[in-house]
Amino acid sequence: MPEAKFCVGCGHPIALMALNKVLDEMGLTKKAVLGLDIGCSLLAWNYLPVNTFQTHHGRVTPTMLAFKRARPGSICLAYAGDGGSYAIGWQSLFHAARRDEPITVIVINNTIYAMTGGQTAPTTMHGEKTPTSPNGYPDEPFHGPEILKDIVKPGAYIARTAVNDMAQMRMFIKKAIETQQAGHFSLVEFLSLCPVNWHTNGPDTLKFLEENMKPVFKVGEIAG
Amino acid sequence: MKESKRDFITGAEVVIKACRDAGADIMYGYPITPTCEILSGWINEGYASLQTEDEIAAGFGVCGAVLAGQKAFTASSGPGHILLQDAFAMAEGMRLPFVMIVGQRGGPSSGTVIYSQQEVMLSCFGGNGEGMRFVYSPSSLNELYSLTRLAFNDAWKYRFPAVLLTDGYMLKTTGVIEWEKIKDVENSPTFTRLSDGANVHWPNIYTAEEELYEEVMVMNKDYKKAASKVAKAEEYLTKDAKILLVAHGIVAASAKEAIVELRKKGVKVGLFRPTTLRPFSKKQFDKAASNKSVKKILVAESSLGQLARIVHDEMDPEICKPFAYLQKPALGIEIEDIYNFVLKNNK
Ligand SMILES: Cc1ncc(C[n+]2csc(CCOP(=O)(O)OP(=O)(O)O)c2C)c(N)n1
Ligand code: SF4
Repeated sequence: MPEAKFCVGCGHPIALMALNKVLDEMGLTKKAVLGLDIGCSLLAWNYLPVNTFQTHHGRVTPTMLAFKRARPGSICLAYAGDGGSYAIGWQSLFHAARRDEPITVIVINNTIYAMTGGQTAPTTMHGEKTPTSPNGYPDEPFHGPEILKDIVKPGAYIARTAVNDMAQMRMFIKKAIETQQAGHFSLVEFLSLCPVNWHTNGPDTLKFLEENMKPVFKVGEIAG
Repeated sequence: MKESKRDFITGAEVVIKACRDAGADIMYGYPITPTCEILSGWINEGYASLQTEDEIAAGFGVCGAVLAGQKAFTASSGPGHILLQDAFAMAEGMRLPFVMIVGQRGGPSSGTVIYSQQEVMLSCFGGNGEGMRFVYSPSSLNELYSLTRLAFNDAWKYRFPAVLLTDGYMLKTTGVIEWEKIKDVENSPTFTRLSDGANVHWPNIYTAEEELYEEVMVMNKDYKKAASKVAKAEEYLTKDAKILLVAHGIVAASAKEAIVELRKKGVKVGLFRPTTLRPFSKKQFDKAASNKSVKKILVAESSLGQLARIVHDEMDPEICKPFAYLQKPALGIEIEDIYNFVLKNNK
């Protein structure tokens, strides 16, 4: 299988590098298992020096919670896009959070379905144009972490960070993994970059993250 | 239909036009390659639609719309097609004219994203029932249009769900459609059992086993009756054929071109091309296959025998002819592949 690559300027590899650093620092590289959803997440299949496998679109959470139950000593990371997490995979994610399954879910929020060409996702923002919302998305975007906050058990950890803040990303990932080690559910959403489907150049890509996304999706710790 | 005589157009655009001309009111869908352009194209035309949270919701969206008397459809592929079979089974059980456009991609699992002929079994028998659905397999852009129209018409006429089975090569590439060669047809009218105040009570689950048995047998009778009208196939130069090729979809288009070349070399080869995979044109096939001139039957497909299984299942067991298979799961089959395969089997 040829090596799959992220586009230049993509946010996925930045989030993955942060994850890798934390695993390395915590000495967990060998215990970590990275389950990938189908979306641009799938491109990470040979990216990190940890056991990695691809699953199906929307199905990484139920797969990883069962892996964790079968092998409690492992560090289970369910890595998915916003579509895989909050649309097709929402039912499974919601119930995993409610049951306090001890896994760490990583959600890459780029406000669209990147892999299939930038269609509307649950995180698409009001007025944002996509191939399936040509006149601008009429609804409000979905705030997964804020909804899950109300249903998780004490001890769970939920946070939102952004791929242009390395220190915060590493801090939140570390806390999420510690939460899993303590036997609780954790989720970190990353505000990411997709210059290809946003049709933005370098500076405009970061501007979109800072000026369009951050006011709508507040970064910080949400539960735990 | 179009005023211009011909258009340079993608398969996805052809499908959108055909669905609209067939009277489709709404599309429910979820993006997946290679059918994304049907969803975004339909929406960009300004037609009614809902992009749902997954294919399960898209499928039941189609069911709900059809129950209310609307012509509705969806389009998907591979893993999405699997999820749609849930709602499609309800449509089969409740006799709902559910129309689904399937752009086959490579499988199993996420596989590849553009091409295969591996969704034949799923289309024909993907439910927990007896496969009472219509499955159409076009070989050209013209046929993509006319069979999509037919899928809507047959589904609404006979009240069985229908699959228009194609692939990403057909949907994504641009080609010529010749409108003057397409006969315009009248659309089947819509209906609903659930008109206001009708006081209908409509189960799809039964307590008595005999009750379901009766229901399935009635359905079977209706399906068989419909099948005699719906099942269709094209024969190309089969009359004197020593070798009978069987292929469907775009593989059959390659087969036709290979046959032209082979005939020039004096090889007596003909093509049997089912345009409906389910129901299968059994009588017509048996007749073509039992023809005295036929010495060998070759089945060519981009899967490991999904078409061959149908052929063997349907063929009269009295017909004893040797078979050979060209099977390339999820790989395209070129004119040369078929040309060489026929030559090898013509010794
Ligand atoms: C059941 C199913 N439906 C649809 C698809 C097609 N598909 C692949 S990736 C994707 C969307 C990806 O978007 P997201 O999850 O937000 O991740 P991103 O690509 O943006 O990182 C879709 C719809 C699929 N693979 N399986
Ligand atoms: S399409 Fe967007 S999200 Fe996917 S790899 Fe390219 S930049 Fe990243």
